[in-house]
Amino acid sequence: MKETKISVKDLNLYYGQKQALRNITLDIPEKRVTAFIGPSGCGKSTFLRVLNRMNDLIDHVKIEGDVFIDGVNIYDKALDVVNLRKNVGMVFQKSNLFPKSIYENIVYGPKINGIRDKKRLDEIVEKTLNQAAIWNEAKDRLNENALSLSGGQQQRLCIARALAVEPEIILMDEPASALDPLSTAKIEELIHDLKKQYTIVIVTHNMQQAARVSDQTAFFYLGELIEFDRTTKIFTNPSMKQTEDYVTGRFG
Amino acid sequence: MELKKRKKDFSGFISLGIVRVMFFFLAFILILLLGKIFIEGIGVISLEFLTDEPRNNMTEGGIGPAIFGTVAVTLFMVLFAVPLGVFSAIYLNEYAKDTFFTRIIRTSINNLAGVPSIVFGLFGLGFFILFVGKNLDEVFETGLLFGQPALLWASATLAVLVLPIVIVSTLEALNSVPKSHRDASYGLGATKWQTIKNVVVPQARPGILTGTILAISRGAGETAPILFLGAAFFLPNLPIADLCIGDYCIPMINPTEQFMYLAYHIFIMATQSSNPTETLPLQYGSTLVLIVLTFLLNITAIIFRYRFRKSLGRL
Amino acid sequence: MEEKDFFAKSVNSKYAKKIKKLTRVKESAIKFFFAVNGTMALIFIILIFIFLFKEGFRALDHIGLLDFLYLDRTDASGTVERVFQWYPTSEEPRYSLIPLLIGTFLTAFPATVISTLLGVGAGIYLSEVANPKLKEFLKPMIELFAGIPTVVLGFIMLVVGASFFNDLLHPANRLNAFVASIGLSFVIIPIIASLTEDALHSIPNDLRMASYGLGATKWQTVSKVILPAAFSGVSASIILGFGRAIGETMIVLMCAGNAANLTTNIFLSVRTMTATIAAEMGEVSQGSDHYYSLFFIGIVLFTFTFFLNLIAEIIINRMRKKNTF
Repeated sequence: MKETKISVKDLNLYYGQKQALRNITLDIPEKRVTAFIGPSGCGKSTFLRVLNRMNDLIDHVKIEGDVFIDGVNIYDKALDVVNLRKNVGMVFQKSNLFPKSIYENIVYGPKINGIRDKKRLDEIVEKTLNQAAIWNEAKDRLNENALSLSGGQQQRLCIARALAVEPEIILMDEPASALDPLSTAKIEELIHDLKKQYTIVIVTHNMQQAARVSDQTAFFYLGELIEFDRTTKIFTNPSMKQTEDYVTGRFG
Repeated sequence: MELKKRKKDFSGFISLGIVRVMFFFLAFILILLLGKIFIEGIGVISLEFLTDEPRNNMTEGGIGPAIFGTVAVTLFMVLFAVPLGVFSAIYLNEYAKDTFFTRIIRTSINNLAGVPSIVFGLFGLGFFILFVGKNLDEVFETGLLFGQPALLWASATLAVLVLPIVIVSTLEALNSVPKSHRDASYGLGATKWQTIKNVVVPQARPGILTGTILAISRGAGETAPILFLGAAFFLPNLPIADLCIGDYCIPMINPTEQFMYLAYHIFIMATQSSNPTETLPLQYGSTLVLIVLTFLLNITAIIFRYRFRKSLGRL
Repeated sequence: MEEKDFFAKSVNSKYAKKIKKLTRVKESAIKFFFAVNGTMALIFIILIFIFLFKEGFRALDHIGLLDFLYLDRTDASGTVERVFQWYPTSEEPRYSLIPLLIGTFLTAFPATVISTLLGVGAGIYLSEVANPKLKEFLKPMIELFAGIPTVVLGFIMLVVGASFFNDLLHPANRLNAFVASIGLSFVIIPIIASLTEDALHSIPNDLRMASYGLGATKWQTVSKVILPAAFSGVSASIILGFGRAIGETMIVLMCAGNAANLTTNIFLSVRTMTATIAAEMGEVSQGSDHYYSLFFIGIVLFTFTFFLNLIAEIIINRMRKKNTF
C-alpha cells in the first residue's frame, strides 16, 4: 500500500463571490497515477491548480482548507511558493514552450535554480529528454527553435522541461487533448513509465484515457468530489449513481 | 519532499522595485513641471487675457488673436485632413486586398508619422507655397496672392502632418465593426458602398471623432512646421475678410493672410522677446492656456475612445 | 412586362441586367475614388521626397558635395587650414554639416539612452508590475503626457530646467546639449514606454504560466522569458524613439544654445540640423545658396529618419509574423 503524498482536507475555493470548489477531501498516493475526471466546468482543472498554488496568480481567488504535501501545509503563509513549484511540476493543455532553442527550454528551470555548470546542464538535458522519450528525435536539433517540433513532440518536450527541475509530483492538465491519437499513445506510454519515479495527477476529459492510464480516479461534478476510488472500481462498479451515469455516458 | 520556508527574492525585489521607482520618479517630475506652469501662469489668466490682443511689446494685453489664429488654422486643417484620412482608411480597410501595394501604402502612413516636423515646414514651403501657390497665381493671375506664406498653406501642411493620426484612428474604428454586420447587410442585397455608408461608417463615427480630436490637439501644438508658413508674432488685424454678395457682407476667415498662432507665440516670447522678465508671467499664462487646451482635447478623445471600446465589449 | 418589373423575376431578365450594370459602374467609380484617397499617404511621401530633393540639390550648383563636409581655408599668411564650420553668412561661406550632425547626435544619443532606461523600465512596470486597475488609469496618463506640445517642453526647460542644471552642474554654457537632451527625453520616454508595454503585453500568458510553473520568480520570468520574447518590439520602440529625437526641432531650438560648436562636450551649446533649418530659413533670401543649403540639410535629415522608420517597421513586421504560431 503506497503512502499518501498529497492530502487535501475540506478545500473550498471561491472566484470572487462564486464558489467553484466545495469541501474537497482526498488523499493522493505517491508514485501512482491519479486521474481527475468530470464534465466541463466541474472544477477538476481548478482543483489541479490548487495543488501547486497556480491559482495564486489569478485575482479574486479565495481558498479555504488545507493541502498537505508530505505532511507540510502548502498554504502556510511562511511557505516559499516559488520553491513549491519546483517540487510540484505542471504540464499544460497546450504546449507553452519558450521561443528559444530546445536546449534553452530544458535548462531554463535548472538555470534559475542556480545550476551553471555546463556539463551538469548537458547531463540534465540528455536525461530528461530520454525520460520523455524524445532524445533520439531531439539530440541532433538541440540548438534549433523548440517551436519547430510537431505538436506531440512539443508536449513531450514540455514534460522533459518539467522533469528538469526534479519535481516529485507532476500535474498534467489534459496533456494530450490537443494531440493526434499516435502522439496521445506516446504520452500515455510515457506516463506509465514516469509513475515508477513520480507521483502523477492527470486531468482528462477522455474517460478511456483515464481508464487506461490511472490507478485511482476521482470524479468531480459541479465543484464537488463525488467519488474517489481505484480506477477499475470507478469504471466497472461505481458506488455513486452520478458516477455511474457519467462513466456510462448518460451525461457529460 | 523538501518544502522550504519562504525567503525573500532579493534581486527580484530590488529589480522590480527599481522599475517601480523609475516610473513614479518620472511621474513626479512631470507633475512638478506642470505644477510650476500652473502656479506661475494662473495669475495671468482672465477673460481679457484670452480675448485681448497683445499690447506694449507683449508686456500687457492678451493672446486673443493667437487663439483665434490657432482655431482658424486647425479648422481648415480638419477640413483637409479628416475627409482625406477617413476615405483613405475606408479604402484600406474595406476595399484593399493584402497586396504588396497596400503594404507599401501602410508603410507610407507609418513613415509619414515619423517625418520630422521641420521637414514638413520645408515641404510646405517648397511644395505648397512655391509650387501650388505660385502656379495658382499664374493661372488666376493674382500676382503674389497664393505664392506666399498664408493660413491656407499652413493648414494644408499641418493636415499632411496629422493625416496618419486620422487614418490610424479611423482604421481602428472601422476594424472594430464586426464582420457579421457587414455580412448581414450583404445578405439583404446591399452593395458594398451601401454597406459602408449605412452600416460601417455610422458605427465607426466615435472612432473617427476620436481621431479628429487627437489631430486637432496635435496640430494646435505644432510649431516647427508653421515657422515660415505664415505665422507671425504680431499682426495688427485678424485674418478676416468680408465676403460680400451685393450689399450683404459676412466676415469670413481669409485663408490667404498671415495669422498669429499660440504655440508660435509662446516660442517667440520665450526666445526673442526684448524684455523677458516682464513678459515672463504672460509666457507662463500662454503656456498654461496651450497645455490646458491640449489636455482637454486629449482627455476628451481618451474618454470617448474608452466609452466606445466599452460599448463594443457589451455587444 | 420585364422592363417595368422592379423585382426582376430572373437574374437574366433584361431589366435585371440594366440595374446591375448601373450599380456596377457606380460601385467601381466609388471604389476608384476611395483608392485615390487611399494612395494619398504614399503620394505625399513621394512629394516630400521630390520637393525636398528638387530644392536641396540646387545647393549643389554652387556648393560642392565636399564643401558640405569641410572647407580648406587659406588665411592671410598662406597656410591652408581645414575647417569644419557652419557659417553660411560669413564672407567666406562655410557649409560644413559636421558641426550640425554632431549637434544632432550629441542631443539625440544621450536623450535616447536616458529614455531607453526610463522608458523600458516604465513599460515593464506598466505591463508586468502594476495591477490592472492602476494600469488602466496610467496608460491614458502616458498618452496625455505624450501629447504635450514640444514648445511647452522647450519653454519649461528654458525657464526652469536650464537654471536648475546650471546651479547643479555649472556647465560652460547655460544652454547646452545636455539640457536639450533632458528635454528631448520627455518627448521620447512616453514613446518607448508605450511601445514597450504593448510589446510585453502581447506576449501570450502561457509563457508566463510555463515559467511560474517551473518555479521561477516574477523577476526571473520577466527578465528571462518575457523581455527576450519581446526583444524585437522593444528594439523597434528604441529605434523609433531615436528617430524622433533626431527629428525634434523646438526643444533643441530653445534649449541647446544655438551655437554651431564642433565639440563632444555635452555641456557646450550646440546646433542641430533641425534647429538650423528652423532658425535660418526665416532670414535667407529665396534662391540664395544659403536657402538651398537649408533644403539640403532637410534631405539629410529626412533620409536618416526615413531609414530609421523603415528599419523599425521591418522589425515589427517580422515580429508579428513570428508571433503568430
